[in-house]
Amino acid sequence: MAREVWITGIGLTSSLGEGVDAHWSALAGAEPAKPVVDREFAPPFMIHPMVELDLSKQIPKRADQRQMEVWQRLGVYTAGLALEDAGIKGDEALCASMDMIVAASGGERDVDVDAMILNKVAEGVDDIGVAINEVLTTELRPTLFLAQLSNLLAGNISIVHKVTGSSRTFMGEEGSGISAVQTAAARIRAGQSTHALVGGAYNAEHPDMLLGYELGHYLSRGGWAPVWDREGVEGGGIVSGSGGAFLVLESREHAEKRGAKIYCTLGPVAADQGPVGTQKTRERLERMAAETGLAETGMIVSSAAGSHARTADEKAFLGAIAAGIPVRGITSALGHMRDAQFPMAVAFAALSLSHGEALPPLGSGFETAADAPSSIGVLTVGFNAAEGMAVVSKAEGAGA
Amino acid sequence: MSYTDHAGRPVIAITGAGVVSSLGAGKDDNWAKLTSGQSGIHRINRFSTEHLRTTIAGTVDFMTPPEAGSAALTYALAESAALEAISESGLSEEDFGGPLFLAAPPVELEWWQRLALDAAGREAGGKQPGYDRLLLAARSGDHLDFYRSIQFGTVGQKLQERLGTRGLPVTLSTACASGATAIQLGVEAIRRGEADRVISVGTDGSVTAEALVRFSLLSALSTQNDVPEKASKPFSKDRDGFVMAEGAGALVMESLESAEARGATILGILEGCGECADDFHRTRSKPDGSPAIAAVRAALDDAGVSTSDIEYVNAHGTSTPENDKMEYLSLSTVFGDRMASIPISSNKSMIGHTLTAAGAIEAVFSLLAIRTGTLPPTINHANPDPAIELDVVPNTARKADVKRVLSNSFGFGGQNTCLVIAAEPA
Repeated sequence: MAREVWITGIGLTSSLGEGVDAHWSALAGAEPAKPVVDREFAPPFMIHPMVELDLSKQIPKRADQRQMEVWQRLGVYTAGLALEDAGIKGDEALCASMDMIVAASGGERDVDVDAMILNKVAEGVDDIGVAINEVLTTELRPTLFLAQLSNLLAGNISIVHKVTGSSRTFMGEEGSGISAVQTAAARIRAGQSTHALVGGAYNAEHPDMLLGYELGHYLSRGGWAPVWDREGVEGGGIVSGSGGAFLVLESREHAEKRGAKIYCTLGPVAADQGPVGTQKTRERLERMAAETGLAETGMIVSSAAGSHARTADEKAFLGAIAAGIPVRGITSALGHMRDAQFPMAVAFAALSLSHGEALPPLGSGFETAADAPSSIGVLTVGFNAAEGMAVVSKAEGAGA
Repeated sequence: MSYTDHAGRPVIAITGAGVVSSLGAGKDDNWAKLTSGQSGIHRINRFSTEHLRTTIAGTVDFMTPPEAGSAALTYALAESAALEAISESGLSEEDFGGPLFLAAPPVELEWWQRLALDAAGREAGGKQPGYDRLLLAARSGDHLDFYRSIQFGTVGQKLQERLGTRGLPVTLSTACASGATAIQLGVEAIRRGEADRVISVGTDGSVTAEALVRFSLLSALSTQNDVPEKASKPFSKDRDGFVMAEGAGALVMESLESAEARGATILGILEGCGECADDFHRTRSKPDGSPAIAAVRAALDDAGVSTSDIEYVNAHGTSTPENDKMEYLSLSTVFGDRMASIPISSNKSMIGHTLTAAGAIEAVFSLLAIRTGTLPPTINHANPDPAIELDVVPNTARKADVKRVLSNSFGFGGQNTCLVIAAEPA
């Protein structure tokens, strides 16, 4: 028999702050915050930079901090917030039996070493391969590799927060976050897991990360605009953002037994991928909407990327299938966080339900006013591939 | 036999297997060479090894041209192993119809790509070599191939298109346990009733100069370069690190019920998977071995078998001082005195450490050990480590009728995943 999946903890970090309260008040408070944008980091592009964190609050040992680069620190920090929020942090037994799926890609390269090699080769060398080897062997920090490896975000969460039930890292842009949530939820539903930490983090403040998008001409080069309104803005439509989103998912039985607070239930989660043409994409999204009940919800939280073609397809789909359902594109406010996009959207949907309020519109005319929803659809149409959907609902009979 | 296991879950049948390593493409070639104790480790020719402490590897040099790069090789290896597995299963090679679980190495721009971009950036008016110029080149030129090669989902997406797998492929990394995790995810999906069939693939074509430097800086690699084929010597006293290698392994798995319904040949049963993370250190295991011990026990429990049911262990056996000692400690703790009489061998002595692919390749070899009644040896075992009292099937293959195998995979970042693979019940 399928078990109910509850969201019992959320950790968030971004340009808007840290923690669920800071994020909710930034978007839904009396005076909604303006998007925080940095245009100096790598012009002509802009990013949403990370707020300053007191790392020692979640990563007390300096030695642990030193063993990570920015992306891993961000992820470990955000995971700690989620565990704390769920009342699991520091509970040895609950952490040791907790499963974990982290959505991650790669870590940061050493920009100085890379520049050193590029300069050396540009000056002229006899043998390029030999020159590269010479610089790498003498200049790379020995433990940098561990700060780059995809699965070492999860590895560091195990070390710092003692989550050791299982540790899996999914890779692949937005799809990794979609599969992470889907798999963790499916395992709990089937009784393969009782509680799981799932999420991802992204550091936009690294030129190599921007390069990954711009090789496909995906980055926006114009002024800031809401994700739904970037067709006319110069460039490819994506504005990257630093941050992270982690969720604690739990079987209802497990959560009730330990008296956990609850944000909402996580209902069906669907995922797919295929040819990105408009027609095929629409067919997949419609099938997923039927599977999840997306069109029967009271609001849709989307992590639309802003990339022109994909977001246009998403808009058209929403207009056709979910006409009349208010939509919120949270990436407008936070920036695009690649692997963390889907968990971030789920988190904001959960926050909205637990506050009993709709998220206010985020600056676009595409987003209409909404009443307090009792169920919310979550939608991620990846910037170049992968689609994910979920429905979250107010928990019935939960003592929250 | 029953279609459900001891826990009432669907029994998982293996109906296809494929492999590529430095020894060759395909199970037949690999198995013939493995069971004759042949090594695929050789001196690296693909790039200059000057200044490198390690100059040997088990690269696969017969699949793609060297200039095609790591991403192309990683895909080609995966495709080859997957097609062999699907072909053996008798399912469609263009319309497989089940989900894909793919263990693949992390991707990033390779040096030849960075240099090409920097040159293009100079043409575009960029003054200083560096990331500003790379970004300028990206903005002003057409580099779609480079772009595709550094998306982490690309290999999975291409495989999905080639094989006709269903849904969003899961691409994963659990470091050197990745291949085993891909299989575990497939098993779990069938047990949940989400799929009747899955394909799990582990692939790794990422031997580059930078990768060698990175592992060297962690003191993980053997530097016994003089006789390449003798450098990998798991469980030997003079082992000094692993030898990097490339390859791919793939399994087609189905619910036994669905496999029998379509008249498929059952090659073996994937009985159980166990996992436990280690919170001790980024590269070292907890000194008491408790996470690896927990992973082995979890696999046995999941399979519903006891230590006395395991007749052969396909070791993780990397040939690093740390791994082999810890693997011995873990196994002797779980199996007690019996461990001295259970044969255990490491095919990494012959094909090296295929990293992301290792768990999948070793699952294929475990299956072949059962099906052929032959245990591949641990070669280069001239100088046993007296602190490791194991029957490592030294140097030459052995005939043995084994019905059930434990395959271990451990990785940096505290990853421990173990599989139990068994013969089809008579």
